[in-house]
Amino acid sequence: MSETRVPDNRQDVIHDIGYRHYEGPRLGIGYATRSLYTSSLRGAFGLGRSGKSKILPMAMAVIMAVPALIIVAVSIYVKMGKLPVDYPQYLTNLQFVTAVFTAAQAPVLLSRDLRFMTVPLYFSRPLRSSDYVRAKYAAMVSAVFILTLMPMLIMWIGSMLGSMDFGYNTQHFAYGVVAAAFYSLVYAGLGLLIASLTPRRGFGVAAIIALFMVSAGVSGALRGVMHVTGHQAASFWVAMLNPGFLIDSTVSWMFNLPLRGNVAEMPTTIGGIAFLVEIAVLAAGTFFLLVRRYRKI
Amino acid sequence: MAVITTDNLTKRFPRVTALDHLSVEVQPGVVGLVGANGAGKSTLIKILLGLAPATEGSARVLGLDVATQGGAIREHVGYMPEHDCLPPDVSATEFVVHMARMSGLPATAARERTADILRHVGLYEERYRPIGTYSTGMKQRVKLAQALVHDPQLVLLDEPTNGLDPVGRDDMLELIRRVHREFGISVLVTSHLLGELERTCDHVVVIDGGKLLRSSSTADLTAATSLLAVEVTERQGDPSFDADAALLARLTEAGLTVTADGGHVLLVELTGDEVYDAIRDAVAELGVGLIRLEQRRHHISEVFSVDTVVEEPAHV
Repeated sequence: MSETRVPDNRQDVIHDIGYRHYEGPRLGIGYATRSLYTSSLRGAFGLGRSGKSKILPMAMAVIMAVPALIIVAVSIYVKMGKLPVDYPQYLTNLQFVTAVFTAAQAPVLLSRDLRFMTVPLYFSRPLRSSDYVRAKYAAMVSAVFILTLMPMLIMWIGSMLGSMDFGYNTQHFAYGVVAAAFYSLVYAGLGLLIASLTPRRGFGVAAIIALFMVSAGVSGALRGVMHVTGHQAASFWVAMLNPGFLIDSTVSWMFNLPLRGNVAEMPTTIGGIAFLVEIAVLAAGTFFLLVRRYRKI
Repeated sequence: MAVITTDNLTKRFPRVTALDHLSVEVQPGVVGLVGANGAGKSTLIKILLGLAPATEGSARVLGLDVATQGGAIREHVGYMPEHDCLPPDVSATEFVVHMARMSGLPATAARERTADILRHVGLYEERYRPIGTYSTGMKQRVKLAQALVHDPQLVLLDEPTNGLDPVGRDDMLELIRRVHREFGISVLVTSHLLGELERTCDHVVVIDGGKLLRSSSTADLTAATSLLAVEVTERQGDPSFDADAALLARLTEAGLTVTADGGHVLLVELTGDEVYDAIRDAVAELGVGLIRLEQRRHHISEVFSVDTVVEEPAHV
């Protein structure tokens, strides 16, 4: 060890060298927006936050993935030759998990900055309010997309391992990806918009959950009424009232997939187009309203 | 070159006029912006950051136009808000690194600058603890650190001593002086306490109701407003003798500007050290006892009243 001893005129002692100016690069708005996107996406899963804030998002991710693992394991074990659940159908069955994840995590992305009044610190930097909204919106959309894509990826990989029909599985996996994209845009947009209205995280969580549950209740009840009163043919329209039913119906219509008859009916062509338009309006509209919400801060 | 120039800057809201044709020039250094609550300080800061449009007039910060070059201004300006703005569940290091990246600093540079700046503002081991566990003084330091982390050329500090105890206040004022003296960063600091800014600033700008009341170097301001309060006893065994009136006459005779404040206190304008001598001599000659001889602490209200006194002769 003695040969590593530093001579007396050592250069490596720490001096208080006083204030140093920063001469390096300033990477501007694009970089700042991307950094905010990354940290928000990590935050949506509780990464880089306390252990407590990881519990819920991670639990939702596990609940989302475990049934897919079981389905894959069982189908391979009993040599089914075909997965018992179609890809988009899997997301429909677990809509509630996606809704809980959105309700719990959308406020994490926005309410904190509002509650602790950190927002002015962002806007006193080159970042504009629209960049802030872009980063947060993209982060939440990505988070829901990861959540919904993950189980379908497990199923698709499983189908390959079980030597099931490659063409069929890949095609239906692609349908699932479209469904996942719809869920991401619509759920994230609605969740963030509601979260942006309150600095209290708890209120945000409750309001988002309420939106999904109440709209599902109203939609289901209306459908029942229409069936009883003989308006069965038009009853597919009620799916427009609930984001989950809306996406389910739209994806089934687009790819002509069998519907779970007890929840919704297949829309007509006009209906399907209207549903697609509604998805686009929900995604773009929530983003637009968020930008407006943050313009006046 | 002036760091801030405003020309006829006006901001009208539907109900109030926050800034009323404000024209002021701020040179590099530590400049105090004084005004009562609602005087237009925060509105001015928002406009200077390019976050709110002016109704009329124009302003330049670091030579950049606030109306069109807001982004470039915000890249080289730091801002410390008056209100709390720190999330309690992250550490000072994590928070300041994040804010540095929001200013466009690459990840490595953000970490290095954060370590440096937290040391400069006096946060050491506690920087790794959640901010929620900090004292008010420590939180103010974190707020200052996030405003300095990207090495701005100018920082706007909104009431940085708010909520601090006297010791914390002095520490913060010393830190602000260092920001300019050692870091070479110009400072615009707002306060509603003039006395506090007198000790810190090279120049003080006073606004009220969105109008410029005064813009002068701290030395001028002190000279113009410094007063000595003098209080004396009655003459022993001579109740008919009016000591206050006699002293007033005697000091006025000596060429000093004296006003009675209504009670037993005379206010003498402090124009130099010879004023103390004149008061001592006058008191000794009258044979009265001196109870009080003290320099008055200044408050924003005094600037207003002195200002009206100065203006009055013009109307007479």
